[in-house]
Amino acid sequence: MCSALIPGRRGNSAGQSVIMATNGPTPDIDRARDIVSRIKDPEIPVLTIADLGVLRDVGVEGHRLVVTITPTYTGCPAMKAIEDDIRATLHGAGYHNVEVRMQLSPAWTTDWIEERARRKLEAYGIAPPRPVGSRGPIHCPQCRSTNTECISEFGSTACKALYRCLDCLEPFDYFKCI
Amino acid sequence: MSAALFEYTLRLGDDALIDGQRLSEWCGHGPFLEEDVGVANTALDLIGRARLLLAYAGTVEGKGRGEDDLAYTRDEREWRNVLITELPRGDFAFTTVRQFLLDAFNRQLYERLCLSLDATLAGIAGRAVKESEYHLRHTGEWVLRLGDGTRESNRRAQRALDDLWPYTAELFESDPVQEQMEAQGIAPATASLRAAWLHTVEPPLRSAQLMIPGNTWPQTGGRQGMHSEHMGFLLAEMQFVQRAYPGQAW
Repeated sequence: MCSALIPGRRGNSAGQSVIMATNGPTPDIDRARDIVSRIKDPEIPVLTIADLGVLRDVGVEGHRLVVTITPTYTGCPAMKAIEDDIRATLHGAGYHNVEVRMQLSPAWTTDWIEERARRKLEAYGIAPPRPVGSRGPIHCPQCRSTNTECISEFGSTACKALYRCLDCLEPFDYFKCI
Repeated sequence: MSAALFEYTLRLGDDALIDGQRLSEWCGHGPFLEEDVGVANTALDLIGRARLLLAYAGTVEGKGRGEDDLAYTRDEREWRNVLITELPRGDFAFTTVRQFLLDAFNRQLYERLCLSLDATLAGIAGRAVKESEYHLRHTGEWVLRLGDGTRESNRRAQRALDDLWPYTAELFESDPVQEQMEAQGIAPATASLRAAWLHTVEPPLRSAQLMIPGNTWPQTGGRQGMHSEHMGFLLAEMQFVQRAYPGQAW
């Protein structure tokens, strides 16, 4: 499989060339990668699936475009929506031979969410996840206070917990560190 | 196909699905909103896990059965879940203590399954262990709150533990399928798993002022498809739509 490098993804960086197909057109992988990278998460529309680290790879196998994604939570209903969005967006852009592949290993972690994406989350009102293993304070995304408390380990979606700021008194979502 | 691998994967998938189904009964009935959301979220993780496992079981079997076929068209005797998962939800103490015991088990099991020589099971385990660790933190806090709470909450949590404890033996049962999976490096050894599980559950139960029952008669049979009288009712509800409208999709 020929890989296109996704920001934040370690691995095959030599994969910019395209395998020559024996017949039929070969998908334009750079354009496809650009299109897929811009697809938004259905629940957190300020982040793209590339920002989240859900998008792992865009590659070509013969005439087929293969998009590889890794699920956040096994039961996350957004995964199906993301898969449908990838297919629909690529079909709309003229790619008809598309496979969306689910890759479980390595397991997704919030550490794959990059600094830029963490800032976007915070600006949107969701406290970004702490690095895995860290016990540092959780900042209120409104007033930046660290005087916050957990209301519930589970929040509005599988990936979030519910917190409250004890200074500005605003409740907020915290992106669970996992 | 490997008959033992199919059987083993089915056991894992059935445990997750039936546990998830029971937990989902709390959706809209939790003691308060945050807990309602919490229990439903855990159920969602378990059902998601079951989907991956049952889909893989279908692939291993190689007869064209998918996750939905396995979930919705098997009869009671064909289910391989442990009995503890199918017991009625009871009160909130019963649900919480059961989930605590199972989260601790899953936390240990899936951590070891990450090292399985079966790459797919190891991949699923990598995801599942993180979720079970989170679930365990949640139920562990609740066990403490209920056990070391009021006289009434302690009474209910203790009663739940007394009722549930005899069913935990089945989690560590060995049989030819289990032995074959262990020999192939696919499944972890049940003996070390039991020791690790006890080590996980004992300290929190003690802190919660809950007494582990002494010698009890082990309740088993689920792995052989011999279920309690509750299983049929659970399946009747879970499978109703596919039974009434076979093959319907939406």
